[in-house]
Amino acid sequence: MIRLANPHYFLSLSRKLTPWLAIAGILFSLSGILGGLFLTPPDYLQGETVRILYIHVPTAWLAMGGWSSIALASLVQFIWRHPLAGIAAKAMALPGALFTGLCLLTGSIWGRPTWGTWWEWDGRLTSVLVLFFLYLGYIALSRSVSNYSTTSRLPALYALLGAINLPIIHYSVLWWRTLHQGQSINLTHSSIDPSLLWPLPLTLIGFSCLFAVITLFRMRYLLAHAQYEARLRRMAAL
Amino acid sequence: MIGAAVFLPILFFLLVAVLFPFAVGSDRMILSRTGSGVLWVAALLASLLPIDRLVTPDIENGFFDHYAARNISEEWIAVARIIAHWLSFAVPLMVALLPASMLLSLDWSVFWKSEAGFLLATPGLAALGVMIAALTARVKAGSALTALLLLPLAVPLLIFGCGAVDGHQPGAFLLLAASSLFLLAVAPFVIGAALRVGQEG
Repeated sequence: MIRLANPHYFLSLSRKLTPWLAIAGILFSLSGILGGLFLTPPDYLQGETVRILYIHVPTAWLAMGGWSSIALASLVQFIWRHPLAGIAAKAMALPGALFTGLCLLTGSIWGRPTWGTWWEWDGRLTSVLVLFFLYLGYIALSRSVSNYSTTSRLPALYALLGAINLPIIHYSVLWWRTLHQGQSINLTHSSIDPSLLWPLPLTLIGFSCLFAVITLFRMRYLLAHAQYEARLRRMAAL
Repeated sequence: MIGAAVFLPILFFLLVAVLFPFAVGSDRMILSRTGSGVLWVAALLASLLPIDRLVTPDIENGFFDHYAARNISEEWIAVARIIAHWLSFAVPLMVALLPASMLLSLDWSVFWKSEAGFLLATPGLAALGVMIAALTARVKAGSALTALLLLPLAVPLLIFGCGAVDGHQPGAFLLLAASSLFLLAVAPFVIGAALRVGQEG
């Protein structure tokens, strides 16, 4: 982790890593999506609409995983003054917001035929919508501070404060038993039939790889932009 | 200047109570059923108005540098600022709740429940306001961000506050107090860290 703090080492590593992650992400996502669309049988109760699960669950996982990672990176930035951690947190905000938006969208599309409504003010839905607005607020705040000054710690504080929403999202299906179903999968047990379940890990891995690719691209962009700004300052000083 | 500015959020709150009957009609049934929720939203929006003058003027005047030179920690300044903000914003707001409830023809029981809800929610709301003020004080165009940053974090106060007035959610008063207490507990540390950011840079 100390070695990663060196931007040059990080850049050379991320240049090698990006194409492999992109290939893996596309392959896993495509196989999961195609498998989910054509190979799995329709659910006995929900019929064909169940297939949206292969998109919805990974996006929901990345929506929460995204904010957890931002909060963790912010903590690292705060405690160890790790220069790349702040950049990483800032870079993850956009894909995080994207996947949260996709999660809300796919959930809404699935909810229409299944629950008979596009939107319901249920605990899970509401807390994920709040997460989406937290992402937007974080992006707006992190855009208006400079990457290489101490003010970049302000969005980090906001990320840590917003992390309180994550346990609320997780437990919302237990606390308010209104509409969204409870947890069906954990590491050791699943209430989903194996014949329906197998494409889900594929899209989960694929989408996570794509999340990582977007993050690495954005980190490289943010580092390049900081370098360009520093160069401009040096030219102005001459 | 500051004396007059204190009453602007309260005037805003009362104006919403005046405007709402124009929008939905003066039917007493509708007003008394929806009125308390409207007042909660109005209170949240009114809490956005004073944020600009909570921290920024003191940074410009160099007050925080003076306190730092006197070796007073930022956390204690944050506590003092939250108490001062609560006194100047929440207490007048709770007084203004009475005429606002009359305007929306709320029942007395609803009025007292709202008053109790405001009493529990406003310490958390004051703490949240000072936190967002400290986070945006040193940011370009920070005041444009306050609504986007504050409102998502205020959602629990709104949900449990209105739930407590409704009486449909059991334990809503306790959850409201818990959310408020959480915001109050973390606020001095968030504000302290945010104030130190500018002093080092």
